Amino acid sequence: MPSSEPTFATDRQLLAANLRNVLLAHCLLSDEEDLRPYECDGLTAYRELPLAVCLPENEGQVIDVLRTCHRLGVPVVARGAGTGLSGGAMPHAQGVVLSLARFNKILRVDREARLAVVQPGVRNLAVSEAAAPFGLYYAPDPSSQIACTLGGNVAENSGGVHCLKYGLTVHNVLRIRVVSIEGEIFEIGSAAPDAPGYDLLALLIGSEGMLGVVTEVTVKLVPKPELAQVVMASFADVAKAGDAVAAIIAAGIIPAGLEMMDKPATAAVEPYVKAGYDLDAAAILLCESDGTPEEVAEEIARVTAVLTAAGASDIRVSQSEAERLRFWAGRKAAFPAIGRITPDYYCMDGTIPRKRLAEMLAAIAEMEKKYRLRCANVFHAGDGNLHPLIMYDAAQAGEWARAEAFGAEILELSVALGGSITGEHGVGIEKINQMCVQYKTPELEAFRRIKTAFDEQGLLNPGKAVPSLHRCAEYGRMHVHHGDLKFPELERF
Amino acid sequence: MRLDYIVDALSLAADSRSPLRIRGAGSKDFYGGMLAGDVLDVSAYRGIVAYEPTELYITARCGTPLAEIEAALAEKGQMLAFEPPHFSGATLGGCVAAGLSGPRRQQAGAVRDFVLGVKLIDGAGQVLDFGGQVMKNVAGYDVSRLLAGSLGTLGVLAEVTLKVLPKPVAEQTLLFEMSESEALARLNQWGGQPLPISASFWHAGQLSLRLAGTHAAVEAACRMLGGTAAVAPEQLWLVIREQTHPAFAGGVLWRLALPSTAAVPGLAGLRAIEWGGGLRWYGGEAAGIRDAATAAGGHAVLYRAPESLRCREGAFAPLSPALLALHRRLKKSFDPHGILNPGRLYAEL
Repeated sequence: MPSSEPTFATDRQLLAANLRNVLLAHCLLSDEEDLRPYECDGLTAYRELPLAVCLPENEGQVIDVLRTCHRLGVPVVARGAGTGLSGGAMPHAQGVVLSLARFNKILRVDREARLAVVQPGVRNLAVSEAAAPFGLYYAPDPSSQIACTLGGNVAENSGGVHCLKYGLTVHNVLRIRVVSIEGEIFEIGSAAPDAPGYDLLALLIGSEGMLGVVTEVTVKLVPKPELAQVVMASFADVAKAGDAVAAIIAAGIIPAGLEMMDKPATAAVEPYVKAGYDLDAAAILLCESDGTPEEVAEEIARVTAVLTAAGASDIRVSQSEAERLRFWAGRKAAFPAIGRITPDYYCMDGTIPRKRLAEMLAAIAEMEKKYRLRCANVFHAGDGNLHPLIMYDAAQAGEWARAEAFGAEILELSVALGGSITGEHGVGIEKINQMCVQYKTPELEAFRRIKTAFDEQGLLNPGKAVPSLHRCAEYGRMHVHHGDLKFPELERF
Repeated sequence: MRLDYIVDALSLAADSRSPLRIRGAGSKDFYGGMLAGDVLDVSAYRGIVAYEPTELYITARCGTPLAEIEAALAEKGQMLAFEPPHFSGATLGGCVAAGLSGPRRQQAGAVRDFVLGVKLIDGAGQVLDFGGQVMKNVAGYDVSRLLAGSLGTLGVLAEVTLKVLPKPVAEQTLLFEMSESEALARLNQWGGQPLPISASFWHAGQLSLRLAGTHAAVEAACRMLGGTAAVAPEQLWLVIREQTHPAFAGGVLWRLALPSTAAVPGLAGLRAIEWGGGLRWYGGEAAGIRDAATAAGGHAVLYRAPESLRCREGAFAPLSPALLALHRRLKKSFDPHGILNPGRLYAEL
């Protein structure tokens, strides 16, 4: 069991010559100016130039590229639209980027069976648009759904506002077609409710491109609700807002969406979208109900009663589709709105048990002082997935380092509070050190054995998602508590 | 029982390369391939470890009877939404290891959709914690869900955390007289509409349809769908879940998971249709049933049959050589000495 990352020394000329044998010139990029757009994904703080970018146009070419890289021992990083926020698609300096951008066809929408078969480069929103004439849609809706691709969603097990009621990508994908690093094809899952053998679909979804390259995805489509309505509630106290979330769940209600924004977040977005947010509130909650008109009316009445009892200072219910969209506009535009008031921001992605919300927000307020940086909070309150937006200025010396340390502390506190370092963005390169905080040596070794079962040489997206034990040992050295050294069995650098 | 007991048993078995047969209540001894090895009875490792109704999760030890878990949930108006069968005293560990879901699977999802975390003891006797207690967690490979349905071949599921859901406030069951093909057509048509259908069961010319949700949604659906209201609906869904309904009687029973719209022409012995058309039960020897299921885009499990027949035919549909090789490597990575439930899933694992 190798405990350090494999290192690669690729012969650039040999690689280029071999790739030219399997790809036409317009499917292969190798000039620096052509490679530059691929140097990072949505996490722009980390960049690396690959040796080449492959843009295959059919599955046969994907197989050829993978076989070539496997034969030459060259790392491969698969990439969709590059909207990922954890650096999962950041290139490897000794490897190639395998872009699935040209796999952009919706192959089939089956109204009766309520499923769609799509290529991995199809945008998330395009699936729902294609299903709309049949009264159906694809439920997982990451904020970037206008641009992000299904292949990327599968790699990251992406979520979105509707996860609480409709689940994550793993709950909505029926089947994938995968090419292994050896160029072998696997069909995993099916249009039936289950498939024989181990649930490899669950293992592959969210595996961050480390186990195989997806060339086709079959997704479940669900009936579009007749109506959606949203309740907006103001709270004078963040803890009360958190308690209100718990009270809604305790009342037996699973809303279609349940989101929260704190005062700095509403203050930043209101001038931007003019949604009519209560600027005096310490926090506002947005709670959506969907279904038939009768169902929605019943649920809205119950939610309103719960929110009133939980001490909401103001409650408004959207009275039209236009108003519903306006209420959501600020939440959906929170990131660009923050981007307007700060040169740079760093978006985190920890998940915590809902009951620890107030505690986490108080800790973040302390960290703002400690790191001398501001932080606004928007989050999926229904499932405890936080998105603190740490504001900084990359042009100021030391600010990025402080933002990074601020983010790391939030993630580590998420674990300490009983949560996770990532709810929907993935580990990528960004949170790889915090993996050493969430998991201990035996689990990390198990992850590495799984990786080896699929990819013996470690060529698929090396250095991402699952840290080497050496990396954890190095990271652990900085965090020695009570003299306990992590991974004492390993040599120190 | 202490966790150490299970850890020690596994370590000893690993050292001596002696196979173990992991067993809770034994309610699913009928299910899967060969039963081999010394029995490792984990039923005494039991008890609810944590239950947070407002966080929608419950954590319990593997030997905890489902009945105990469901009673605790019912006190807070919650449920295991995948409605697992209990048979005779099923435990949580066996429920997740077997991966069998009940009538509500068509609406709510399967066992694997509700697994949030596990404490696993692998074939080397190591205790591993995967996942956790929060609903959104994408750190590391999703091993917890991989374990659902793995039939104990990758480790002992010592402790499991499941997502739970509120019980629906209203429920109603409607009955319709219709043929098998008409039922399939209707179920698929209704499935594409925003109707609160939480279960369906067709048997001998009668379709039973359960609606669940808000009062308003259930009432509106009843008005739209017609049919006649069932007498004692709770009892009906209980005998379906527990497979004590006459549809499941007989010596040999096949379980076919199929695309809900699939037609399987020329196959005799259809007993029942569940899950909106996605699950179909056939009785008898049913020659050619496995090929027919595969051709229709699904798979057939030899679900209840004499052990000799299950060992000869294989309980589960065979895997492609590429997938089988991958299964072997995965099995080896968790169970390097091959001591865990050998042959229970596939003869090769």
